[in-house]
Amino acid sequence: MQWETVIGLEVHVQLATRSKIFSGASTAFGAEPNSQACAVDLGLPGVLPVLNEAAVAMAVQFGLAIDADIPEVSIFDRKNYFYPDLPKGYQTSQMYSPIVGPGEVEIALDNGDTKRVRVHHAHLEEDAGKSLHEDFHGMTGIDLNRAGTPLMEIVSQPDMRSAKEAAAYLKAIHAIVTYLGISDGNMAEGSMRCDVNVSVRPKGQESFGTRAEIKNVNSFRFVERAIAFEVERQIECLEDGGEVEQETRLFDPELDETRSMRTKEEANDYRYFPCPDLLPVVLDQAYIDHQRQSLPELPAEKRARFQNELGLSAYDAGVLSSSRAMAEYFEAVKDVCGDAKQAANWVQGELSGRLNKEGLDIADSPVSARQLGELITRVIDDTINGKAAKEVFAALWEKEGDRADTIIDARGLRQVTDTSAIEDMIDQVIADNPAQVTQYQEADDAKRGKMIGYFVGQVMKASRGTANPQQVNALLKDKLDQA
Amino acid sequence: MHDKTLVELTDTLRTGDVSSRELTEAFLARIDRLDSRLNSFITVTAEQALAAADAVDAQRGHGDAGTLAGIPVALKDIICTRGIKTSCGSRMLDNFVSPYDATVVEKLTAAGAINLGKTNMDEFAMGSSNETSYYGPVKNPWDLGAVPGGSSGGSAAAVAAGLVPAALGTDTGGSIRQPAAFCGITGLKPTYGRVSRYGIIAYASSLDQAGPMARTAEDCALLLDTIAGHDLRDSTSVARSVPAYRAGLGESLSGLKIGLPREYFGDGLDPAVNAAIQEAVKTYESLGATVRDVSLPHTHLAIPAYYVIAPAEASSNLSRYDGVRFGHRCDNPRDLIDLYKRSRSEGFGEEVKRRILIGTHTLSEGFFDAYYKQAQKVRRLIRQDFLDVFEDVDVLMGPASPTPAFDLGAKKDPVSMYLQDIYTIAINLAGIPGITVPAGFTASRGGQRPIGLQILGPHFAESQLLNVAHQFQQTTDWHHRRPGIAEETA
Repeated sequence: MQWETVIGLEVHVQLATRSKIFSGASTAFGAEPNSQACAVDLGLPGVLPVLNEAAVAMAVQFGLAIDADIPEVSIFDRKNYFYPDLPKGYQTSQMYSPIVGPGEVEIALDNGDTKRVRVHHAHLEEDAGKSLHEDFHGMTGIDLNRAGTPLMEIVSQPDMRSAKEAAAYLKAIHAIVTYLGISDGNMAEGSMRCDVNVSVRPKGQESFGTRAEIKNVNSFRFVERAIAFEVERQIECLEDGGEVEQETRLFDPELDETRSMRTKEEANDYRYFPCPDLLPVVLDQAYIDHQRQSLPELPAEKRARFQNELGLSAYDAGVLSSSRAMAEYFEAVKDVCGDAKQAANWVQGELSGRLNKEGLDIADSPVSARQLGELITRVIDDTINGKAAKEVFAALWEKEGDRADTIIDARGLRQVTDTSAIEDMIDQVIADNPAQVTQYQEADDAKRGKMIGYFVGQVMKASRGTANPQQVNALLKDKLDQA
Repeated sequence: MHDKTLVELTDTLRTGDVSSRELTEAFLARIDRLDSRLNSFITVTAEQALAAADAVDAQRGHGDAGTLAGIPVALKDIICTRGIKTSCGSRMLDNFVSPYDATVVEKLTAAGAINLGKTNMDEFAMGSSNETSYYGPVKNPWDLGAVPGGSSGGSAAAVAAGLVPAALGTDTGGSIRQPAAFCGITGLKPTYGRVSRYGIIAYASSLDQAGPMARTAEDCALLLDTIAGHDLRDSTSVARSVPAYRAGLGESLSGLKIGLPREYFGDGLDPAVNAAIQEAVKTYESLGATVRDVSLPHTHLAIPAYYVIAPAEASSNLSRYDGVRFGHRCDNPRDLIDLYKRSRSEGFGEEVKRRILIGTHTLSEGFFDAYYKQAQKVRRLIRQDFLDVFEDVDVLMGPASPTPAFDLGAKKDPVSMYLQDIYTIAINLAGIPGITVPAGFTASRGGQRPIGLQILGPHFAESQLLNVAHQFQQTTDWHHRRPGIAEETA
C-alpha cells in the first residue's frame, strides 16, 4: 500500500524581550540558577502578573509577517497542572482567544517550487523553569530562571506531507522570527523548540490517521529524523494489522528513535479558564498599523527580489535569504563589490565553508562584509587572480591586515599582466626544462593539451602565483609551438 | 485612649499630648492582656511596632508627618508583610515569612501607620465565622460564645474590643462587611479595582478586595484615602483618580434616593434584624432621604454562582502551595506525588479542601460549560440588576446578614454557612462597593449582639457611601457602643 504522511507543527519561539512576560526579571541566558527569578516568577503568595507590552508587539509583528488576522481582543487563560518547575501550578497561556489568528507561511521546496502552509493561530504564553536531575543525589534541583520567559507558540495546520517539508517550514519560521528580530532563534539554547504531530494514511484517503505527538524536538535535523522514524513505525504498525495509538512521544537523538511518554488516557485535564489577574488584551487598528510600519523586508520578499532583481538562481536566493544575518551580509558584500553573482559565490563558497568548519555564525565572521566586498572588487578588476584571492581571504580571516589591498601589497600578490615580464619567465622555464619541451613537441594535440598544465604550473610558481593564468596559458602555447 | 476614634487619635498625636510610642504601648498592653480571650491576633509585632513608633516620634519634630503618623493599625493575615509571618490562617503558610510588602502595606507605612500585628481569619479567607482558622476561632467581643463573623473576624474583633483603632480586612463574598456587622463596627468593601491586590494572598482573584474596618465611617474614609489608587503591579486595579474621601464627608442627604431590594427582606431574615434596618431607614427619611422598594431579580442566583466562580479561581490560586518552594512540606516524601499529596493534605484544612475540590470539578472537561460558563452568565445578570437599579436610586440599603452573630459551632453544615452570605455575595459578583454600619442590637443569652446595616452604591461611589454612613453616625450612637471587654483597662 502507498502511504501518505501528514504533519503539523507546534513551534515554540522564545521572544527576545529583555524582561519576562509577566515580571520585570531579566531573561538573559546562562545566569546562576534562580538568580533571575523574582517574587512573581517564584509564584510567591500575593504576587500578580503584569503583561510585558514588548511581547505583545512581537507577536503582532509575527502575525502581520504571516499575513494573519489580528483579533481585536485576546485573552490569557490558565492551564492548570502540577509540576515542580511550574511555580504557580498553572501556566498562563492563551487557549480560546489567541493574539494571532489564521495566517500562512510560504516554504521553499527542493525542486525550487514554493508551498503555502497554513498557520492555525499563534499565542503567547510563559515558559516553565527547568528541572535538573544530575548532581542532586536522588533529588531534583529546580532552576526558575527560565520561568516566565515569553514564548510564542505557532500552531500549523496539518499541511505538511514529508519530513523535508516540515524542516522547510521550521526553517521558514526561523527565518521570519530572526528577520523580525523577535527571537534569536538559537535552537541549541532552546530559543526554538517544536512539537511534531505525525500521522499516516493510505494515499488517496481523505480522513486523517491517528496521530502521535513528538515533544520537544530542538533542531532542524532532529525534526527530519524524528519524523522519518515515526512514519516508519506507524506504517509498520498498520501493515502488521495494528492500530496507531494517540499518544505523546519523545524523540531520543542518541538512539534516533521516538518512544512513548504518555497515552491519551493518561493525558492531563488542564482545566483552562480565563486568568482573572490579567485584563483582555485589546488592540486597536492604530496600534496594528504602527506595528505594520515597523516590519522589515521579510524572507519571502527578499528571496523573490534576489531572484528577480539580482538574477540569482532560486537555490542561491533561498540560501542567501535564509537568515537576516546572512541576507544582510550578502547585500553588504554586493553593495561594496557591485557584482551580485560574485558576492553570492563568495558568501556561499569560501566564507560559508570556513564558517562551517570553525562552527561560527555569519554574525561572528572574522571577515567583515566590507573586507570581503573589497577583496572581490580586486578580483573583478584583475588586480589579483582567484588563487591569490583565496590567500588574501585566509589572511583577512587571520586578521593579518584590515583591508584586502594592504594584504595584497604586503604579500606582493598583485597580478602580473605585463606581457614581457611573463615572457621572460616563460623563456626561463623552457630553458630549464629541455626534456619536457622535447616531449611536448613530439606529442599530438590531445596529449599536448594535458602536458601544457605542467608548464603553466612552473611559470605560476616562478611568479609566486601572481601571473595572470590566462595570459600565461596563451603565451606558453605560442612559445612552445615556435620553439 | 483605646476608646478614641482614628480621627481623634490623629489629633491627639498632632498636639503632642501623647507620643506614638505611648499610644503603641497602650494598645500593645491591651492586646497582651485581653487577646487571650479573643484570639484575634495570629502575630503581634510588638518590637517592630515600637521601633516604628519611635521613628515616627523622632520625625514628628521635623514636621511633614504622614496622615496616619503614629497610628496603630492591624492587618488581616492575608496581607503580605516583609519579614513578618503571613499565614493566611493556614497551617500551609504557618512557616511563611513574606520577603515583600503588599502595596497597601507600603502605603500605610508611607503614611506613618504603625502595624501592631496580623489578625486571625478563616483559612485562606474561606469562611463566614472565623472557625476555619488553623489558629483556632476568634471570639466575638460582645459574647465570647458567639462567632465574630468571617473571614476578617480577627480584624473586626480587635477593633470592636479596642485592641487597635482600625484594621484592614479583605472581602470576597462579605468578609469585611459581615464581621463588621457581627462585631458592631464599620467596614467598607471598595469597588473591585479601587485598592491594589498586589501582596494580598489570592482566594478568588476576580472578587477579592481589601478595605478598612474601623469604628466610624469617617475613620474608614481616612484609611481609604491612604490605601486606594491605581497600582502598576496589579493589572486589575483601576487607573482612575482617587477623590478625597474624608474631605467629602458632610454632604446633606436631602433628596437622597434609597432603594430597598425586596429580595433582601424575605424569608429567613431575623425579625430583630429587620426591625433594626427599618428603624435605620426611618432615620434616613428624617435626614431628607426618600425610600422606595426596588428589585434585584437575580439575587437568588448569587450564592450558586459564587460557589462556582470563587472555588474555581481558588482551586487554581492555591495550586502554588505544593510543598516545593515555600509553605508546609510533609516529612520524608517518598516521591513527587507523595510530596504533593501529603503536603497539601496536611497543610490545608477541611473547608479549603472542599472548595479546591468543588473548583477543580467545575473547571474540568465536560463540566466547564455547565458550571463555570453558566456562572459567568449569571454574574453578568447580577451585575446588570445593580446597574439597572442604580438608574433609579442612589444607594441600596438592607441587612448585612440574615441574623446577628451566631454561636460558635452552631453551623456545622457548610451550605447553611454559605447561606449566611446571601446579602453580601452579589456585591462582589457585581464589583460594586458596600459598607456596613452598626444599626442596633438584639438581646441574646443575657447579652447584646450587634446588627449591621448594609449600604450599597454604584461602582466607585465610595465617597457617597461613606458620606451616607457618616451622616447616619452623626445622628445615631450605635457605633459608640462598646462591648464589656472594651471597657476593661489593660
